[in-house]
Amino acid sequence: MKPAHRLTLFLLMAPAILWLGLLIILPHVEILILSFSQRVAPRVYEFGFGNYLEFFTEPLYWRTFARTAIMSIMVTVITLVLAFPIAMYIARVAQGRVKAMLLLLCLLPFWVSELVRTLGWMMLLRETGIISYLLRMTGLASQPVELLYNDGAVILGLVYGGLLFMIVPLANALESLEPSVVEAGFDLGGSRWTVLRRIVIPHAMPGIVAGSIIVFMLTVGNFATPVLLGGKNGLWFTEQIYAQFITRFNWPQGAAFGILLLLLSSAIVWAGLRLTRQSLGTTLRQA
Amino acid sequence: MSQSTDLDLVNVTKQFGTHAAVNNVTFSVARGEFFSILGPSGCGKTTLMRMIAGFENPTSGDIRIRDKSMIGVPANRRPVNMVFQSLALFPMMSVGENIAYGLTCRGVGRAEADERATRMLERVGLKGFGERRVTALSGGQRQRVAIARCLVLEPTLVLLDEPLGALDLKLREHMKIELKQLQGQFNTTFAYITHDQSEALVMSDRIAVMNQGRFEQVGSPRELYHNPATPFVASFVGETNRWQGDVASASNGAVTVRLSTGGMLHGRGGVSQGAALSFVRPEAVALAQDAAALSSLPNRFEGRVSAVLFDGAASSLLIETPGFDQPVRAVLPQAGPLAGIEVGEAVHLGWTADAMKVFAA
Repeated sequence: MKPAHRLTLFLLMAPAILWLGLLIILPHVEILILSFSQRVAPRVYEFGFGNYLEFFTEPLYWRTFARTAIMSIMVTVITLVLAFPIAMYIARVAQGRVKAMLLLLCLLPFWVSELVRTLGWMMLLRETGIISYLLRMTGLASQPVELLYNDGAVILGLVYGGLLFMIVPLANALESLEPSVVEAGFDLGGSRWTVLRRIVIPHAMPGIVAGSIIVFMLTVGNFATPVLLGGKNGLWFTEQIYAQFITRFNWPQGAAFGILLLLLSSAIVWAGLRLTRQSLGTTLRQA
Repeated sequence: MSQSTDLDLVNVTKQFGTHAAVNNVTFSVARGEFFSILGPSGCGKTTLMRMIAGFENPTSGDIRIRDKSMIGVPANRRPVNMVFQSLALFPMMSVGENIAYGLTCRGVGRAEADERATRMLERVGLKGFGERRVTALSGGQRQRVAIARCLVLEPTLVLLDEPLGALDLKLREHMKIELKQLQGQFNTTFAYITHDQSEALVMSDRIAVMNQGRFEQVGSPRELYHNPATPFVASFVGETNRWQGDVASASNGAVTVRLSTGGMLHGRGGVSQGAALSFVRPEAVALAQDAAALSSLPNRFEGRVSAVLFDGAASSLLIETPGFDQPVRAVLPQAGPLAGIEVGEAVHLGWTADAMKVFAA
């Protein structure tokens, strides 16, 4: 390669390398190092596993951790079940302008910030909110109903936030399924359920896995939705990280939590890929 | 109706808006018959096939399979299986699973379905292919899997929607013969749709020629070829010369046609006056070096070879002939003094009155 070419290549790659290096790799290395330093006296730190031991000995921490993992998996499954028929309709029934309109409708809520969308849910769900008011008006409830600050509200908000990221890869995967393959499935005697189970879902598998990984990652790492819709009962692991860094000013502990969360999401994604026998490569292509 | 028919269509019409894709079609297919529907693209043959398979509902009329009406019966409950144009093999399954799919849908146990699939693969010459991915097969092998997948269900009727269209010429010629053999071996009724007249002529027991939603003629390949009922059939099935003119005289089926370019032709047909279309097959045109050899023929002309289209046994000559607006097409003799004829040489040509079909234009 000529030196001039090499320089051009280097300059073109520079933004990507800088971005990766300065914003992804460097902070993570920093956090990893930080997580292994424990405080022995004011302003005196030494290397040790104390921050990780703290996580396993304090039930609040690992329970929050497990709760975050389980609820994120639930959110992912609910999002998948809700998104599948929508994606199916967009990919296989809707045509031309209607298809574009439907995708736009899915996209529309993302033009406002996550905070504003979550506040919208709060207006609907709170004690003095619209749903509570309607329940009282119709006589279904005799006093104001508080629908916020419970797990249901948190799941609702997270599913809402994840839906688009599930629909798009699913619709992409379903669109590439040849109509005659589905017809052949019926022609050879398959019921709707058989065709769905043996032809449509296996075909859409890369899309299902891609969407699930994206939604799971977004959900596990979400902060605003569990805090605002869950209140004190939100108990999301990101809140613990926030508390360590900002409220308690215990950066090494927060760093250890951050690393644990990274390991958790990586492990669950890996398990999901193994379980569905998909490779990361095909999944990324679908996303 | 009689016991021996597998498929009966009675006055079937399919309307898309104001356009009738299939217009009042009636026909029957006998048990074990290889029946083809031949027509240009857009003639409604695919719609007709999809109605038989159960993917479309006729606007009016009845579709009966072994005397049971199929109206309102969904595709997955009909004793009919279809080989799709794209074959539509299931890419997410192995070859064996593709063939066992229909059996397991019917509730046949895994073990038995696998065993029957294996036996079926042997019968279509794909022994040991059960574990392969369908994407790892050649065109001809995929074809056989698509057919085996239907035949394993022992359907009353197999529908084939131009399944040879995607194959290259050599393989297509081979698969024509193989399909015909498979059909004989399994003794299953086949309904085959195609726009390729050679596929239809080679394989079929009977052919229906379809045009603009209607059947023009139903008959054996020989009937269609030698006695076309309509000008469309005459020009669509097989190679032919086609000339337009006016009836000069007609009596008792013998018609004389005057071409606008001056030629007078003697043929046979039911037309008595007005504009007429005349058809003569290239192989019915007799060639000779001197006029005396053709003296017994009512149609005799002299022309000059304008092109030799060499294509082995299907070779032909284009002969520029005074009185005709287009060159006359004739089969190139494979032996004798005319076998080596070159462009520019003079030649005498003629044909019998029986060889020329005349229709009202």
